[in-house]
Amino acid sequence: MDPTTFTPVSSLIGGALIGVAAVLMMATTGRVAGVSGIVSRLLPPYQDGEAPSRTAFVAGLLLAPMLYTVGSGSAIAHTVASNLPLLALAGLLVGAGAVLGSGCTSGHGVCGIARRSPRSIASTLMFMATAFLTVFVMRHLVGA
Amino acid sequence: MRALASLIAGVVFGLGLVISGLANPAKVLNFLDVAGTWDPSLAFVMAAAVAITWLGYRLVLAQPKPAYDTTFHLPAPTAIDRRLVAGAAMFGVGWGLAGYCPGPAITALALFNPSTLVFVAAMLLGMWLGPMVAAKVPRLTAAG
Repeated sequence: MDPTTFTPVSSLIGGALIGVAAVLMMATTGRVAGVSGIVSRLLPPYQDGEAPSRTAFVAGLLLAPMLYTVGSGSAIAHTVASNLPLLALAGLLVGAGAVLGSGCTSGHGVCGIARRSPRSIASTLMFMATAFLTVFVMRHLVGA
Repeated sequence: MRALASLIAGVVFGLGLVISGLANPAKVLNFLDVAGTWDPSLAFVMAAAVAITWLGYRLVLAQPKPAYDTTFHLPAPTAIDRRLVAGAAMFGVGWGLAGYCPGPAITALALFNPSTLVFVAAMLLGMWLGPMVAAKVPRLTAAG
């Protein structure tokens, strides 16, 4: 596979911004910044009074790439697989897995670990393990 | 005010994903490929995000309530059950196949790549179907 550049500084800065966003959410709305929780609760039949605030968060995510491109003047490095059936399968697993497991990389991996929640630590260890294993199988055994 | 705060949090979160490299599936898959073209950058994202969130939550959760709500809404469950573990395992496999988890996938929609659209559509379907399928599997819904 094509290597990507090791970017410790921008990754630290980006990670810190993710943390700032999570703290801002808790300080203002009193809620965890878990993207799968926010997105899945916008789907029917779920209903409560938080839909405007969830929609606003998702709109913010969608605005970010444009603001970055305008502000920095540089393009965003982005390479994604073109195997659509594989991406569809991956999407199904990510969506169903996040809802069943009550969270994803943001809700469990960042907010939950920061709260030292045992559930989030268990979840993060598990999804990291299966993700590392999946990449090993796909790249080194299957050779896809 | 809640919606505005959520919008700002979404923008900051999305900028963090873009700047850190987490919105680039190639970088995520290389992070997960320890035996190949390993790029350790994402460990720096995670470390910074967790550190800032941990510190910020300590300050914020010491307050009696968030700015725009009457109470904090922290996830209540504490049991590490089959549903959590099975969901996390599925999530990790999907993450390892595509290199996308929910936050980066939604954010990258704004880059207009058809692959991202397919992934997100399948992810939303998975979020919608997941709980219905799980309801038919007693081993997943039973506590413990």
